[in-house]
Amino acid sequence: MSVDAATVRRVARLARIAVKDDEVAHLQGELNAILGFVEQLGALDVADVPPMTSVTPMKTPLRADVVTSGGEPEKVLANAPVREGDFFVVPKVVE
Amino acid sequence: MSNLTDLTLAEARDALKARKISAVELADAHIQAMEAARALNAYVLETPDKARDMARASDERLAKGQGGALEGIPLGIKDMFATEGVRTTACSKILDNFTPAYESTVTSQLWRDGAVMLGKLNNDEFAMGSSNETSAFGPVANPWKARGSDAVLVPGGSSGGSSAAVAARLCLGATGTDTGGSIRQPAAFTGIVGIKPTYGRCSRWGTVAFASSLDQAGPFARTVRDSAILLRSMAGHDAKDSTSVDMAVPDYEAAVGRSVKGLRIGVPKEYRVEGMPAEIEALWHQGAEWLKAAGAEIVEISLPHTKYALPAYYIVAPAEASSNLARYDGVRYGERVSGRDVIEMYENTRAAGFGAEVKRRIMIGTYVLSAGYYDAYYVRAQKVRTLIKRDFDEAFAAGVDAVLTPTTPSPAFAAGSKGSADPVEMYLNDIFTVTVNMAGLPGISVPAGFSADGLPLGLQLIGRPFDEETLFATGQVIEDSANALAKPQEWWR
Repeated sequence: MSVDAATVRRVARLARIAVKDDEVAHLQGELNAILGFVEQLGALDVADVPPMTSVTPMKTPLRADVVTSGGEPEKVLANAPVREGDFFVVPKVVE
Repeated sequence: MSNLTDLTLAEARDALKARKISAVELADAHIQAMEAARALNAYVLETPDKARDMARASDERLAKGQGGALEGIPLGIKDMFATEGVRTTACSKILDNFTPAYESTVTSQLWRDGAVMLGKLNNDEFAMGSSNETSAFGPVANPWKARGSDAVLVPGGSSGGSSAAVAARLCLGATGTDTGGSIRQPAAFTGIVGIKPTYGRCSRWGTVAFASSLDQAGPFARTVRDSAILLRSMAGHDAKDSTSVDMAVPDYEAAVGRSVKGLRIGVPKEYRVEGMPAEIEALWHQGAEWLKAAGAEIVEISLPHTKYALPAYYIVAPAEASSNLARYDGVRYGERVSGRDVIEMYENTRAAGFGAEVKRRIMIGTYVLSAGYYDAYYVRAQKVRTLIKRDFDEAFAAGVDAVLTPTTPSPAFAAGSKGSADPVEMYLNDIFTVTVNMAGLPGISVPAGFSADGLPLGLQLIGRPFDEETLFATGQVIEDSANALAKPQEWWR
């Protein structure tokens, strides 16, 4: 399988990465090189093979459903690019 | 003591305990070496004041006859580990001046045991690369140069700052992370020891996530013993990482020097790849002979799905990366580039903040996880992963105790020489290391010799799950037999 320019733009949109018009052809070539490389997996018959879900045979542990931290707005907001009071500021989302 | 930076970690530990040297003088010697080696670009942030404060506290504890297993030992920390109050960037512009309010579990355990932090070490952006050339802070130079050449070589990647700093005597040991070979390949390229423990052995809490089912932390050091000492402090169960395993941590140092008599060492025929240089093939054969001379039995084994590991990795790792890196959106931390609406803000932020290799991998990951392609790519790759693990399981079930392979298909290559036209060219560097991550196994790279032009070469030993001890025992045999621990010429001073 290989991707065309429209697919590159669609994937970039899904990945939330702005791509300029003059970058599309280059990206398309690189993505197709990688997709071409992984194509060899098609040579294996994996119909009866279960997909791996964990390399170590372990059960997911459950923790007690209790509050373990919180009440530290200064620590949480310390790295915010834009803040107002105890809130992160983002562009208007709801019209 | 003539040169404090030439001590091994074990020697420094013993000298500190015996009060022959002080932690402050040891830290000062390394701070001086670090400052004189800026041409290597190994450190992206030096923390000399912190190092001196920590060393003073170590001296106070040592004076009272107290102190942990690493009391007063100066270390470098890969910039993938969150360090409280100390800038942590994964060497990406998108994290800008991110300063964590918390400490990663692995580093907190090093400080608990008395280690001293010299600074943060360079790496490929988000640990994506095999040459340390994708870092937002620029490339790292390998302290080694080929005989008769002045060309700058790469230190390997992604932990290139860690490998260069340890090899150049800018710290006694360093932390690394290994998703497809990022500890073992740079260790081989710089003539030092690097071990990726079994998946689940070290907590991933507080390390910047790249591919969560593959990422594991591990140490770099100049000897097998030193790496065993470091791993004991780094490993252990952590309730904050649900994939960390609740098993006691053995005294790894006790396994160093343990006899390998009667061990069965597998040599997989599938690792004899086309185009492998004769000197690598010869070194591999030599490694088997060394282990045989120490009493181990060498058996040829087959790991038939080896060649599918790298293509499967380049589906699984980007898929997990695309998901993990979705968090970098310019809202809670890091760089923000504004846009007309919130979506455009995300897109502009990520376009400006991520470098080319990271964008490529996010886009591949997004594509293989997208509707209509998920089964054809991601599910198929996870099935292939089952086959790769099964290959190893069968070899171990047949009585193999460890597997011996070359670490890399070549010695360190020249900066700027790979991957500019085709990203796959760079990916092929991880051909011998990536299988180990896919199967979640422990793997160690040990210096085993030199190329014809004097560059370090490493051999890799792969172990059963949670049997790092056998790797330290067999690794020590390679280290003793090869006698290949050497110091590069200090051209950077």
